[in-house]
Amino acid sequence: MHLAPHIAHSTKDQALVMSRAPVMNPIVVRDLTRRFGQFVAVDHVSFDVHAGEIFGFLGSNGAGKSTTIRMLCGLLRPTSGSATVGGLDVAVDPEGVKRRIGYMSQKFSLYEMLTVGQNIRFYAGLYGLPRDRYAERRRFVLDMAGLVGRENVRARDLPGGWRQRLALGCAILHEPPILFLDEPTGGVDPLSRRQFWDLINQLSASGVTVLVTTHYLDEAEYCHRLALIHAGRLAALGTTAELKQVFTSRPIVEIRSGDAVAAMRALDAMPEVEKTSLFGTAVHAVLQSARVQPAAVADRLRADGFDVRSAVEVPPSLEDVFLDVVEKAGRA
Amino acid sequence: MRKALAVGRKELHQIIRDRRTLSILLLAPVLFLLLYGYALNFDIKHVTLAVEDRDATPESRALIAAFVNSGYFDLVASVNDDRAIDHLMDRNQIRAALVIPERTGRAIANGRAASVQVLVNGDNANTASAVMGYALTIVQSASASLLVEQRGLRIAPPVSAEPRIWYNPQLESTLFLVPGLIAFIGMITGAVSTALSIVREKERGTWEQVRMAPISTPAYVVGKTIPYLAISIASAMAIMVAAMALFGLPMRGSWLDLLLAVSLFLVGAVGTGMLISTLSDSQLVAFQVVLIVAFLPTFILSGFIFPIASMPVPIQMVTLIVPARYFLVALRGIVLKGISVVMVWQELLALVVYAVAMLGLASMRLARERG
Repeated sequence: MHLAPHIAHSTKDQALVMSRAPVMNPIVVRDLTRRFGQFVAVDHVSFDVHAGEIFGFLGSNGAGKSTTIRMLCGLLRPTSGSATVGGLDVAVDPEGVKRRIGYMSQKFSLYEMLTVGQNIRFYAGLYGLPRDRYAERRRFVLDMAGLVGRENVRARDLPGGWRQRLALGCAILHEPPILFLDEPTGGVDPLSRRQFWDLINQLSASGVTVLVTTHYLDEAEYCHRLALIHAGRLAALGTTAELKQVFTSRPIVEIRSGDAVAAMRALDAMPEVEKTSLFGTAVHAVLQSARVQPAAVADRLRADGFDVRSAVEVPPSLEDVFLDVVEKAGRA
Repeated sequence: MRKALAVGRKELHQIIRDRRTLSILLLAPVLFLLLYGYALNFDIKHVTLAVEDRDATPESRALIAAFVNSGYFDLVASVNDDRAIDHLMDRNQIRAALVIPERTGRAIANGRAASVQVLVNGDNANTASAVMGYALTIVQSASASLLVEQRGLRIAPPVSAEPRIWYNPQLESTLFLVPGLIAFIGMITGAVSTALSIVREKERGTWEQVRMAPISTPAYVVGKTIPYLAISIASAMAIMVAAMALFGLPMRGSWLDLLLAVSLFLVGAVGTGMLISTLSDSQLVAFQVVLIVAFLPTFILSGFIFPIASMPVPIQMVTLIVPARYFLVALRGIVLKGISVVMVWQELLALVVYAVAMLGLASMRLARERG
């Protein structure tokens, strides 16, 4: 499969980027803030996204992810702070920004009553694709989404995975160097999600910068770097490995025992346990220091009358990190 | 402009594929034309009549014949007493009764004044006054011809009015209603379908997607509304042609003038729909707002059915902002009177002002949504 979009569409664009700064990051965000009346939806957020990177934007619903994306796409004016996307200030030239980005949202914004071909044609027209390039890009999108021969099927009659790939195809018809994905995989089966991420990886490998928001923590593992956003603030930023370092001096013990909820309560009462959380039928206990032995914790639980089947140290998952960060941000 | 065309083509594809929109655009005009053309008819004919002829003379029979021959009354019963009239009226078997007392014929023959009684069911005031009007006219002309017949006299009344009704000599209400119908249907296809099409995109999330694209609000809005405008204009013209074929509506003016007036009105209607779409986030709300803001005023406050001149002054003031009011004056002028657009320039100007105001407000709100 051929997946090599041109980074810049014209020499003029290239000259523009070159003249600003030779190594300018495609997305630069500085103290970006947006208020709605008294409510601060995004509060002094700063980060950079590097060229060709898959940058994950992680946070619960209402944390400020969508508001940030809308500002970066030139749809919403920042209250203060700045953001440049593709070298353009989103507050100064939102229309220029729109030409350089692709956007796809969780709703797979296709026209359901229209056919695959009609959807592609519409988005090509919306982005003003010239006729010869349209033919080429149409073939590319059909090929990428596995929809060759299905041009006359209505979008609503497509299975979720195909619809999702078609939506992605429509978002990159104009070969944008920067791609925004707003919770792109909601309601799609695991296999289709996997295929979708393969496509995103190929795009990234060909130089496309991808910013993706998600609240699926397993998906965050696909990202090169992650930003955790909580209550409008950037709570943590880094690669998955970097983020997990918050637990280097605080081992996590996974305990399986009879009554998980009661065991959690008993663990919370122990001085060597910092905090606990429920993971399925197991309990994750974060220990105060690396010197505490998991076996010692298990013994104390048994002394309390719990039937402990296993107690082993586990590597921190992103979920552990996320909960830890949110909790710390909440305390601050 | 190429982008606007892309939007227009997409919208057209959508209209063709969406049965609900298509049926609003195509079936509603047909339904309303038939419904209003045939059912909404203010002409009163075939009034059921009972006669109580206590005189039974050639003169009384001549009067009854005058009623029957007028074409307005259908003689359904001859009775002998007042109670029978009560009975028939109560059961809605008659709407009017004519009572000719004894010795009427002799009084006429002797040159004395005679009087007959006309009873009319007043439960529908409009119908009753029209029926009473017919009855009085018939009695007057019958007595005039009796005078001529019996005495060979021609006594001209000191003053007589010679009514002559222009443009619609038979006073057929259909001719008066059909132009109103065009306004009404134009509002449905123009305002309703535009408002629903934009709000539907908001509901489905495609609105957000399109706003992420580098297309200006005016280009998007123009592209989106062109198909609706074109379909509305075509359907208004089709109603005209259908009304000419079905109801004998005359077309005395120029088709080009008609097209101009219809287009101006429909641009305003589409603008109304667009403005409403910026105020609502669900199709249900949009529909209700259209109903209140566009539909009812077009029906009630435009002079479609109820004459504006007989409304209370405050209500008359309200009608000043109802575009259909101006449209109807222009339309009736062009269709029935055959006047040129130059003579209704004030009305057309009002339509232009309305359209500009609606489109301006809608663009302002759309632009703010983007900020």
